[in-house]
Amino acid sequence: MATTTISRSSKIKKDWLFDLPVNLVLVLVVLVILVPLWFVLVVSLTPLSQSQTGYNFFLSPTNWSFEAYRQLLTDNAFVRALVNSLIITVMGVTINIVFTVLTAYALSVKTLPGRNIFMILILFTFLFNVGLVPNYLLVKNLGLIDNYLAVILPGAISVYNLFVMKTFFQNIPEGLKEAATIDGASQFQVLWRIVLPLSVPILLTIGLFYGVTHWNEFFLPILYFNNQDMQPLPVLLRNILTAANMNEYVDYNAVASAPQQALKMAAVLLTMIPMLIVYPWIQKHFTKGVLVGGIKE
Amino acid sequence: MITKTVTAPRTEAIEKPDATPRRPFRRVWQHRVIYLMLLPGLLYFAIFRYGPLYLAQIAFKDFQPLLGVEGSPWIGFDNFTSFINSYYFSQLMFNTIFISVLKLVLGIPFAIILAIALSETRFIKFSRFVQTVTYLPHFLSWVVMFGVLLALLSPSDGLVNGVISSTGGQPINFLADPDWFRVVIIGSDIWKESGWGAIIYLAALLAIDPTLHEAASIDGASRLQRIWHISLPAIKDVIVLVTLLRLGNILDAGFSQIFVLYSLPVYSVADVIDTWVYRQGIINFQFGLATAVGIFKGVIGLVLLVVANKAAKRFAGSSLY
Repeated sequence: MATTTISRSSKIKKDWLFDLPVNLVLVLVVLVILVPLWFVLVVSLTPLSQSQTGYNFFLSPTNWSFEAYRQLLTDNAFVRALVNSLIITVMGVTINIVFTVLTAYALSVKTLPGRNIFMILILFTFLFNVGLVPNYLLVKNLGLIDNYLAVILPGAISVYNLFVMKTFFQNIPEGLKEAATIDGASQFQVLWRIVLPLSVPILLTIGLFYGVTHWNEFFLPILYFNNQDMQPLPVLLRNILTAANMNEYVDYNAVASAPQQALKMAAVLLTMIPMLIVYPWIQKHFTKGVLVGGIKE
Repeated sequence: MITKTVTAPRTEAIEKPDATPRRPFRRVWQHRVIYLMLLPGLLYFAIFRYGPLYLAQIAFKDFQPLLGVEGSPWIGFDNFTSFINSYYFSQLMFNTIFISVLKLVLGIPFAIILAIALSETRFIKFSRFVQTVTYLPHFLSWVVMFGVLLALLSPSDGLVNGVISSTGGQPINFLADPDWFRVVIIGSDIWKESGWGAIIYLAALLAIDPTLHEAASIDGASRLQRIWHISLPAIKDVIVLVTLLRLGNILDAGFSQIFVLYSLPVYSVADVIDTWVYRQGIINFQFGLATAVGIFKGVIGLVLLVVANKAAKRFAGSSLY
């Protein structure tokens, strides 16, 4: 009796010795990620009167302002970049989903003659690419310079997402599709009425992944848009962040507004916010294994 | 009448398993709607994935924009040899592989430790919270990350330099100092991607049969021993798979990250194949040379991926395709 209590209490003690470092690691990781983001927020809220004395890690509860945000959201260049980003994201995701769904569904039909050849041709493009310059020449030759489609069409289908979706479609019980066919449904109706309603989680996840890619798009707009009025938010953000003189990019009225650094960090956060809103929606699906190991045939 | 037309093709398909000469055409015709659905995708792959492959012929040509892709004269492998013999070749290869390997060697242990800690904590809600926080940076663009890094590292207003100055040190221009830039590149990549990288290990850890852990603990195994003898062996295959596939992509050192963060003072340590291809090809109009380098990289990447995939099949019993 006595021995068991001793061993039990030592076990609890041992567990405590184990639990502490485990949870400490997790707390540390969270701090390492949140502290920089917190500091970005603090700087963005620092008013002009405060900034001369430097940026503190903690905000004074009485001395902060949304001035930097107000400035940006009423600035023509900033709003135009925001609208450009929205156009690219909405147009892009629509094209992505239509192309990916149709192709994935067609390739999920196992009886389709030539299916293996199509799969091999597609897989090859996944494994081998020739780099930037031929892609640039192609877009140029197609006359897509200064066209929103230039940053959308070259990535209309992600091979990885295509294969994940194809596998998902294949795992829908064949019986459901056959039953619908026997009842006289056309292939389009099978896709629209049977397959897609069962695929809502994967459609949302992949749609949001495509959306994130478009929202974050930075390099392709620089490459393909000469017209500065078409540049999306990340390009403007990079210009604001590196600018010695912010007036080149946004109307910066140094006398009556927020400090430059606050404007920069407010721009960082405003670029992040749509991400932060959408993020909890995607996160639900990560651990469901939708995206792990989906590529295998 | 109606039933007859509906059932006829079905019985035929069952009764005649052997292919008759006319059957392939019939099968194609039966799938005409599916081909119609496939058409946009096929056009996309033909134009946007195989089109560049065709245009890549300029790697073997003295490309002159006025003569066009087809009209420019062939010069064989001159572009390739001039790249391989050039003085920047070894530096580019070194930078690319150095950055990639360090990201891999340092990044994977971080992800594994995080995954094990997440699977071992008893506070389920806390674990969820940590997951939410650590996955988040993966979805931020490198431009946003650039902003975050400026908030931390800017020589004038950065948090880190604030601490350095207040303790009497000299501020460091981390993003423009060749010694520090590599640290920033690798550190920020680990900061951004470790949480996301942990998902795959966490999934494997959560898939372990709980009775294994119970049996071991009844036999007197400590939790550390259980991690060593149960958890790590269970994710061994995943570790091998991830490592091999990342080795297959070793020449991708992270273009979008470096492109956003680098600047002239750090080119010597930061310039990788992809950034060089951009500058030579797009900025300096050396289309043929830059395409040759792109093909060089693509071929090595293809070979590495195929080998890595074979190795993964053999050692981890799992593969990419």
